Amino acid sequence: MTNHWVDIKNADLIIIMGGNAAEAHPCGFKWVTEAKAHRGARLIVVDPRFNRSAAVADVYAPIRSGSDIAFLGGVIHYLLSNDKIHHEYVRNFTNAAYLVREDFDFNDGIFSGYDADKRQYDRETWDYQLGDDGYVQIDDTMTHPRCVHQLMKQHYSRYTPEVVSNVCGTPKEDFLKIAEMIAETSATDKVMTILYALGWTQHTTGSQNIRSMAMIQLLLGNIGRVGGGVNALRGHSNVQGITDMNLVTNVLPGYLRLASDKEQDFQGYLDARSPKPLRPNQISYWQNFPNFWVSLAKAFYGDAATPENNFCYDWFPKLDQPYDVLHMFERMHQGQMNGFISQGFNPLASVPCVRKVHEGLSKLKYLVVIDPLVTETSEFWRDMGDYNEATPADIQTEVFRLPSTCFAEEAGSYSNSSRTLQWHWKAADPPGDAKTDTGIIAGIFYGLRRLYEQEGGAFPDPIVNLSWDYDHPLEPSAEDLAREFSGSALVDVADPKDPTQTLAKAGEQLSGFGQLRNDGSTACGNWLYCGSWSEAGNLMAKRGTNDPSGLGFYPDWGYTWPANRRVLYNRANCDMQGQPWDPTRATIHWNGQQWVGNDVPDMRLTAAPEEDVGPFIMHPDGVGHLFALKSMAEGPLPEHYEPFETPLGVNPMHPDNPLALNNPATRIFPNDREQLGGPDEYPYVATTYRLTEHFHYWTKNVLLNSILQPSQFIEMGEELAAEKGIKNGDQVKVFSKRGYIRAVAVVTKRLRGLAVNGRTVHTIGIPIHWGFIGVAQKGYLANRLTPFVGDANAQTPEFKAFLVNIEKIPTTTAV
Amino acid sequence: MATLDIQARSATTTPSPGVRQQLDVAKLIDISKCIGCKACQVACMEWNDLRDEVGHNTGSYQYPPDLNSKSWTLMRFYEVEPEPNRLEWLIRKDGCMHCVDPGCLAACPAPGAIVQYSNGIVDFNQDHCIGCGYCIAGCPFDIPRLAEIDQKAYKCTLCSDRISVGREPACVKTCPTGAITFGSKSDMLTHASTRVADLNSRGFQNAALYDPPGVGGTHVMYVLQHADRPELYGLPKDPTISPMVELWTGLAKPLAIATMAFVGFASLFHYVTKGPNSVSKEIEKEEEEKA
Amino acid sequence: MRRDHRDLVRYTASERVNHWIVGISFILLGMSGLALFHPAFFPFTLLFGGGTWTRILHPIFGVIMAVFFIIMVWRFAKHNLMHKLDWQWIGRVNEMIDGNDETMPVQGKYNGGQKLLFWLLLACMLLLIPSGILLWRAYFDFPVELVRVAAVVHSATAVVMICLIFVHIYAAIWVTGTVRAMWYGTVTRAWAKQHHRCWFEEVTKPRSDGPARR
Repeated sequence: MTNHWVDIKNADLIIIMGGNAAEAHPCGFKWVTEAKAHRGARLIVVDPRFNRSAAVADVYAPIRSGSDIAFLGGVIHYLLSNDKIHHEYVRNFTNAAYLVREDFDFNDGIFSGYDADKRQYDRETWDYQLGDDGYVQIDDTMTHPRCVHQLMKQHYSRYTPEVVSNVCGTPKEDFLKIAEMIAETSATDKVMTILYALGWTQHTTGSQNIRSMAMIQLLLGNIGRVGGGVNALRGHSNVQGITDMNLVTNVLPGYLRLASDKEQDFQGYLDARSPKPLRPNQISYWQNFPNFWVSLAKAFYGDAATPENNFCYDWFPKLDQPYDVLHMFERMHQGQMNGFISQGFNPLASVPCVRKVHEGLSKLKYLVVIDPLVTETSEFWRDMGDYNEATPADIQTEVFRLPSTCFAEEAGSYSNSSRTLQWHWKAADPPGDAKTDTGIIAGIFYGLRRLYEQEGGAFPDPIVNLSWDYDHPLEPSAEDLAREFSGSALVDVADPKDPTQTLAKAGEQLSGFGQLRNDGSTACGNWLYCGSWSEAGNLMAKRGTNDPSGLGFYPDWGYTWPANRRVLYNRANCDMQGQPWDPTRATIHWNGQQWVGNDVPDMRLTAAPEEDVGPFIMHPDGVGHLFALKSMAEGPLPEHYEPFETPLGVNPMHPDNPLALNNPATRIFPNDREQLGGPDEYPYVATTYRLTEHFHYWTKNVLLNSILQPSQFIEMGEELAAEKGIKNGDQVKVFSKRGYIRAVAVVTKRLRGLAVNGRTVHTIGIPIHWGFIGVAQKGYLANRLTPFVGDANAQTPEFKAFLVNIEKIPTTTAV
Repeated sequence: MATLDIQARSATTTPSPGVRQQLDVAKLIDISKCIGCKACQVACMEWNDLRDEVGHNTGSYQYPPDLNSKSWTLMRFYEVEPEPNRLEWLIRKDGCMHCVDPGCLAACPAPGAIVQYSNGIVDFNQDHCIGCGYCIAGCPFDIPRLAEIDQKAYKCTLCSDRISVGREPACVKTCPTGAITFGSKSDMLTHASTRVADLNSRGFQNAALYDPPGVGGTHVMYVLQHADRPELYGLPKDPTISPMVELWTGLAKPLAIATMAFVGFASLFHYVTKGPNSVSKEIEKEEEEKA
Repeated sequence: MRRDHRDLVRYTASERVNHWIVGISFILLGMSGLALFHPAFFPFTLLFGGGTWTRILHPIFGVIMAVFFIIMVWRFAKHNLMHKLDWQWIGRVNEMIDGNDETMPVQGKYNGGQKLLFWLLLACMLLLIPSGILLWRAYFDFPVELVRVAAVVHSATAVVMICLIFVHIYAAIWVTGTVRAMWYGTVTRAWAKQHHRCWFEEVTKPRSDGPARR
């Protein structure tokens, strides 16, 4: 979230799209009801299903799954063509006025630089026009044909309400009503917030779905604003933490991008990630990248990391190819992987195409599962009849199950969607032989290090030299680890403004990432978390409930990264004079000398408004990017592409260009492309989702949850049910090209056929949560149906739009 | 709650203690805020240590399909179109309404099996319950359920045990959206009026409080978007204790006793006034002679 | 045992047993039913092991009574067919009550009043049995509207039946020499001649296939 949970109560308009907050985030949803009850806020829900959020919405509109960019592009078109934008904000805080290279082009769905064979773009032309001074050229009147504003106007001119309705199936009047409500928040005293989740990310166009809304929020002047922002609702209690710590393969903790195989030169690596400002007076905060990276290297390798050995840069992995989860399982499926350690992860249930995952796991020599629960993955070899077809005698994979503790059996910190780190304390001892994850990992580490020390091996240095300086090395405590990721001074750290002063003495905890240094004098496991455990103690454990602003910031509750800031880009909450756009929702303001207020300013404290320092300090140009430059794989402006399994067989936006049918930059493995089904055999759009009653595949092990939602079901509209002769409560079989599930049909008015591109598109809703382990009734893993393809940028699998067919199971054979 | 708080008692013809006068309490359920998350069902199960069966989906989000002795509260889901092409998914937390004039208490034949406390809570005392199920017939809202194991009647207690120590009911405590609120009845009426005003501003012209006068009002009330059509939510429009129940628990009882007493006494006095109907001496003599 | 060989057999042993099973069931039903009907009678539950046992037993007594009542009806129905004479008798029942039965029309095995009572009791049972089943929550779950009506029907009918049985019992006591018919089966010839002359003549007239019973 750019903002935070409680801040939702400050919104005038809340739109839930690409998510179902009431269903998946019932506790956070209270702030939506607060906004409605106390501010008179209105709630809009756009979703393929009339869901639990829609049940309490003021306006609901249906949309075909996978067509969000068309809808949002239509909103952009509406805002631009009706001049419903926040002009001062757009002119000063976004790159609308910035000029783009003349050779940047967009032609029938494809941007300039496309290589159809590689399915990749050369992004060279997706850039600004730079002047001789090295700064971006700007046209403040925003009339220059190459300025972003004009390019956007042109790009989105195709997204008329008629086109939106034709692509999305949303009735035109519903779309216009919503566009009008959204447009009202372009006023300075009106703010809209957007709540989204996996309904946007789990698409082959996932990242661009989110970007489209970010662009709308920039046009409306709603980012950085109290009650505004772009707010991702995270699906696990600590999935924000896992992202921040970057337990993915291409970034280091704190979103420090890993080097590619080509970047063997240390200085080159640092320079490429420390961009110089592209406009005068801009902060371009990533210039501090070397401070963050070197401090991280010191946390990893301690004394072994020296300036002479480039702080062990050579020991850090360099990416020769992607190692995302889809890629990983593709390699496993090809038999190119010996072993797999699955920690807190149930890939059989969570990775698309169960059959492929099952085949992959069966080819491993060993599988280690670290989990508090028995998972489907750890039992993938077991013959469970139709639920899990397996012949144990034919599977040679050796499975090790290491029972770990669950959240209440250990101390630690959570980072929630609000970016707030909250400490939790151990409440109970774990059962049986269960050990903490840190204990298990420490054990594995000790074993590996001993082997490397005894036997050498190809490259022992990164393991044998790893810093492991904990009070309890065989089971590092959460406190030790937290102090490490927060960071400490290794030698006295001097104040750069006055070198006679010491900011932190050797051995002291640091108070913020501003104290991190690139000379090896500081160590910090994650610069974003720097200061969360300062000399003042564990700030994550703070539970203060004072709220001076009355806006629900609660600055003394936990610790919010970065720098305990509750609203990101909060400089944008103020006008060009540094005063709040809406005085009733003030956070920070310029008092003539510096920035002060109820939140930690996201701005150099002394940067006077006249200096024109942009609020988006992480960008080299200091402004919000309507034009994304080179950061996105499939283009700087979001464009609608059909899901890989499209019910239309054509992209209505580009009917004559097959290259632009699906996301042109999405990677798909050849054998997975063969596993895609077409609308003739599989005419219905399916979408998977979660239910309030359950949490992923965990709570089917919990009696109370299982009582509330005991057995597997699917949802379908009344028209389709009538067509297929299916009655409410009947047993049905849903099948895609990749597999099938059996479930009870819930026939509902809440799903209806949508008129899309001259045909009726029906949607079948498939709640996940059931499997062959647990106390709930046994069921089929929903991912038996889903395609093995992901978002072009994040490789998040497509779970939300794919094709299936459905048939009634005759009562005699129903189980 | 204590004995001193009892203001009415089933199958009892003499006055109840009524010593302590408590504030009238009420639970207000704002259906327009309810997202049907079922947290209230879990809270109820946890607080009261109830564990219903893990069953099978019956074609609805609603589970269990109906109230039972192990599920004292239940989210009921209604897909309705109050106007053409305007779908609404109304989700109502069902459970005991704690009527001011409780039909269950009127119908109950077991003394003290159902009591009404001075704060308005209608509570079942399973220790005194005989399991006849008359409360079910007495209830205008179809709430009480007999348990299969002990055949006693069970229903929401409004967490009388929590309230007696100054806590809110478990469902109220857990409700994430504040759709369920609890307090004095007068406070809840005030709160409801602000909610109704908010709903009016959103185009629900018929929004109102559901506090049906036919049962003297209730201590569990609803804010309904369509109060003119409570049947959309599966609620009775003008609930009253059934005339049948009134008849059998009201007039019928004294009348019946009087009738039976009359017949008994009439017989007695007939005997006293007329004497026994013996065989006449003549006939007796005739038959003796024959012998 | 038949001490006086001249006494007339009015009920066989099997008929008497049948009657008393019904009778005892009725008393148990009446008491347990009243206990659940009005708080004043709730103490009756103590006789049955408490309220819950009263609730459990009442319908079981009901089943027993229903079965034996039906057998009894099957046995006695032919004797209770109403004739013109019976209606005349009923029409002049006031004289009977007044104790002036000398001029009443002569009667068969049962007089009009007894016959009417028989049919009224049957009517009551026909209402009580189904309404009782509707109320039997332990085994049945009928629509609540039906149950409510059943409760009214069951209690009202039960009260009527109790009153009828009062009349039945009182009549047996009032007409001396009657009760013994149900104790040990016989009545005196004088009693029969007095109260059921036609029946008396029928059972005392000589049979074609043998000597008259004496």
